[in-house]
Amino acid sequence: MRTLYYLKNGESLELDSLHCTGCGACVDVCPHAVLVIGERAACDDEDDTPSSDEVARIVNRAACMECGACAKNCPVRAIKVESGVGCAQAIILGKLRGTAPDCDCAGGKSGSCC
Amino acid sequence: MKFTALQKKEERPLAGYKRFEAPGPAYIEDYLEVKDRQIPVIGTRLGFMDRLGAVKMRWGFGRSGYRVLPGVYAVGHPVPDSPVLVSANYKLSFDALRRELSGIAAWILVIDTKGVNVWCAAGKGSFGTAELASKLARTRLADLLSHRKLVLPQLAATGVSAPELAKGARFQAIWGPVMAKDLPAFLAAGMQKDKEMRLVPFGLRDRMAVAPVEFTQAAPFFGAALALSCLYALPGDAQWFGRFLGILGFSWGAILAACFAFPALLPVLPFRAFALKGALLGTAWGLCASALLGAPLLGAAGLALASAATVAFLAMGFTGASTFTSQRGATLEVERGLPWMLGALALALGLGLGSRLFGI
Repeated sequence: MRTLYYLKNGESLELDSLHCTGCGACVDVCPHAVLVIGERAACDDEDDTPSSDEVARIVNRAACMECGACAKNCPVRAIKVESGVGCAQAIILGKLRGTAPDCDCAGGKSGSCC
Repeated sequence: MKFTALQKKEERPLAGYKRFEAPGPAYIEDYLEVKDRQIPVIGTRLGFMDRLGAVKMRWGFGRSGYRVLPGVYAVGHPVPDSPVLVSANYKLSFDALRRELSGIAAWILVIDTKGVNVWCAAGKGSFGTAELASKLARTRLADLLSHRKLVLPQLAATGVSAPELAKGARFQAIWGPVMAKDLPAFLAAGMQKDKEMRLVPFGLRDRMAVAPVEFTQAAPFFGAALALSCLYALPGDAQWFGRFLGILGFSWGAILAACFAFPALLPVLPFRAFALKGALLGTAWGLCASALLGAPLLGAAGLALASAATVAFLAMGFTGASTFTSQRGATLEVERGLPWMLGALALALGLGLGSRLFGI
């Protein structure tokens, strides 16, 4: 399947590999294969004792749509991402109403918004 | 068969305690009697009305009323050891799930997502940890089971936190595949997913499936184009109708290009911003239409600009239907793009008027 890329994708995704336990929950919920579980890089925080030899790594940041599934499901809160709906209509409506972007769509295709 | 009323004690009844009042929804084929409860057994084949309903949804008719009563359902003849599959109460999501389950015995837990599909509901939080925990408690689902595992659609992970669910409801979330069609393979493999099952597809068919919704949402644009075309074709002489048809064909063509050609061409159009992709497509249509209409130079420039601005705006709206756009990216597009679109439209109107007045 061809990967489609977008603007600013994945810019806010942060992974704290020191606290990562390598459980793989983030890999399991990511719909764009942004993360993999692999060996810890040697240069990571040499002074501290890492919690695991196998950790999550970001391998395709540009494919990240910042949906927030990984952060929500990380058991040790080692992932941070500013998530939100990537919908221009929601953003325009939010600006007009002076509220946060919120999609008003009542249905749509299963698996996609608006 | 004896039909009794839905339980009236609570304001909003749940499926999985008592029989539905006759005639009940067509997808209920039977009832499974477990511990004095009447669990509706649902069919796995979609009927004509289900398919008609799906077409109506895609074209945007009555999208807010297409719901399934939350609660517990059965498919096949589940036993306490059978898996639990969690679904949204949007009927299209529910149908997409049940049609894949022929020959499978499972419990279905339908939670109240206000009639919204899984991914959107998860994004809003209505397909969330709290709602799931509340339905687990109110349906007393655990009474029917010998395990505490739930198979959740993977796309619900933006709303449901597995660690919180484990802590709060003592149920283990297992992330199923993104698409319901992969469920039989997922279950047969002992609830293991391959990488493909984790990815959200957005191929040509997926993009065209959401196009009709874009089309119906563009209704005000068709109306505005009609009104503008009436005015633009003035004065009301013998050639009015010809000019009106020309400009109407041009403007409706631009809107149709945005609704159908844009999603089809999305991966091959250059640029990452949907508005830029749309502006390019719109310019191309504007120039083609100018050639077809034999518009003079100034008029052609106006048509190209108007088309670019309109298609760019509608294309930008397709971010909402797409599966890979971030909020920060879409915000950037709106903030940078809107002023240009409005400016281009104003300039296009000026050029058009100039072209009509001076014939250049």
